[in-house]
Amino acid sequence: MDIKYGLAATFNSAKDLYDAAGKIREEGFTNWECYTPIPVHGLDAQMGVGRSKVPCFTLAGGVTGFFTGMLIVWYMNSFDYPLIVGGKPYFSPIFPFPVYYELTILFAAFGTLFGMFFLNRLPQHNHPTFEHPHFGRTGDDKFMIVIEVEDPKFDDEETQDFLKKVGGKSVTMIREPID
Amino acid sequence: MSSATKSKVNSDTPAILEKVDPAPWKEAPLVLNKRNFHWITEKICGIVEAKTPTWWWWCFITALCVASFTGMGLAYLVSTGVGVWGNNNPVNWGWAIVNFVFWIGIGHAGTLISAILCLLKQKWRTSINRASEAMTVFAVMCAGIFPLFHVGRVWFAWWLFPLPNSNEIWPQFRSPLEWDVFAVSTYFTVSILFWYMGMIPDLAVIRDRAKATWRKYFYGVLAMGWRNANNHWRNFEMAYLLLAGLSTPLVLSVHTIVSFDFAVANLPGWHTTIFPPYFVAGAIFSGFGMVLTLLLPLRSVFGLHDLITQKHIDNMCKITLATGSLVGYAYSMEFFIAWYGANSYEGFAFINRAFGNYWWAYWIMVSCNVICPQLFWFKKIRENTPLVWIIAIFVNVGMWFERFVIANTTLSRDFLPSSWGYYSPTVVDIFTFFGTFGFFSVLFLLFLRFLPLMPMAEVKSVIPAADPHGGKH
Repeated sequence: MDIKYGLAATFNSAKDLYDAAGKIREEGFTNWECYTPIPVHGLDAQMGVGRSKVPCFTLAGGVTGFFTGMLIVWYMNSFDYPLIVGGKPYFSPIFPFPVYYELTILFAAFGTLFGMFFLNRLPQHNHPTFEHPHFGRTGDDKFMIVIEVEDPKFDDEETQDFLKKVGGKSVTMIREPID
Repeated sequence: MSSATKSKVNSDTPAILEKVDPAPWKEAPLVLNKRNFHWITEKICGIVEAKTPTWWWWCFITALCVASFTGMGLAYLVSTGVGVWGNNNPVNWGWAIVNFVFWIGIGHAGTLISAILCLLKQKWRTSINRASEAMTVFAVMCAGIFPLFHVGRVWFAWWLFPLPNSNEIWPQFRSPLEWDVFAVSTYFTVSILFWYMGMIPDLAVIRDRAKATWRKYFYGVLAMGWRNANNHWRNFEMAYLLLAGLSTPLVLSVHTIVSFDFAVANLPGWHTTIFPPYFVAGAIFSGFGMVLTLLLPLRSVFGLHDLITQKHIDNMCKITLATGSLVGYAYSMEFFIAWYGANSYEGFAFINRAFGNYWWAYWIMVSCNVICPQLFWFKKIRENTPLVWIIAIFVNVGMWFERFVIANTTLSRDFLPSSWGYYSPTVVDIFTFFGTFGFFSVLFLLFLRFLPLMPMAEVKSVIPAADPHGGKH
């Protein structure tokens, strides 16, 4: 048994895919995705998707890191076990600044990486598109657009014709096996 | 010259051109011979997928043997006691700290290429950034060995981290040595994150081409299920840019804080404000020396001449020249300030550096770091690859001596002549340091064998076929 996931069409160049993506957006499709071997310049705008949300995670990580740094210095050197060293104050926002600085960067970097994973829903080791016989070529030199059956405007026949009309080659239905 | 600019210029009219056409500017292509996407995929994946070459095994076994010197040196050190190193009073830092600063500095070029050049939109970085980042990670690993064992009782090294020791005392944050723990460990972690994240799309390509089951699992797990979707790329590119933006202040801070280890001390020759920028310039300089040392042989072994072109070598040579000149400027400025500051101890420290007990080390440093890279002014020399490689080796040697000179001339001749001393390394010092080159090579060879040498998507992005507007911008 299998269920239909979506119609895939391949394109031979970044330009073909870019032009087709514009037409698909204008047609009003919503559940569709481009698969490209490179990040295509300007494709986000062409597909009508907005800016990535990763910076929010970076900011959250950075702020957490900065205050974690302050907290550990204050707790360790001023609260839990104050030691007089070189006549300097137990705690200051100034002298251990390198520690806050490094922890800001460290936590922001983790926020960025895990934010990217979270927004991309990774790790996800299985996905219906992997069932496409030539999916691997999208990492090499082929460009692919998949319109999902979930899309309200999706229609087996019409979408197939439409994908051919916008320049798609070898339009195939991706089927997701279930058992 | 175009016809529009020529026509109106004669004796009757003023010598002002009605219209000036910009001179035609031809950028050298970053990928030669009009290579396409598929060729790039085959080339980079081919390195990982081909049968292990015989030379690789020879190099790997040799590297392992060399690395064993570090293992034996450290085992002997720990089992016998710290006296087996040449460190003494007053020269408590010895080779260990020299080697630490040397290795950590090497890492800086990798981050410069991957982060700073990314922010500056230098597209030529694409074919050299992955290998340089790998170099960064491995160099920091080599660097970490030395302070770890220099603490004396290595089994207490965890006292460096913010954990309470057996008397419930925490580390104290007024010391630059403690800042350094944070700087180096953050640098190592962020470098690995950046390196790994950039590799995910390439690992997915290798996963999709894999035939053997172990390869499918190995690359499959590492690739996290990446599927080249535009949504993935969108978040990936943003995350990449942010990590580049975070790594840039990070890399500048790491060697700054390393220089604080010296500059915050009150010793003549160390206690100067020029140290942070001077150390950072030196670090980038030494790192580019190492990048050239590694990439030039790789280029010929794997036949990567279309991807690492003369333009790349030219650019790297020019950065080496620029940073080498900065370092030379810092050397002379140190002397100027020592004289101008009119502090007799500071003045003595610098006269002693150039003409005192370690004069030979000082002049090796100056000839390798200041004079040698000046040859890169000449195009003929930049185009002579074996010569570039030899100069890069000299840069590596010179930068090791720089750290030796800074650490040892000052420590061996501080304020009181009664506490003066002389430092010589023991054979254990020498073997332990020698072995780290093996350790580094082992890691680098494993990287070459199992991980993608270049970011394929990024290299593909700089060829004309990547332009979605078909060249009509």
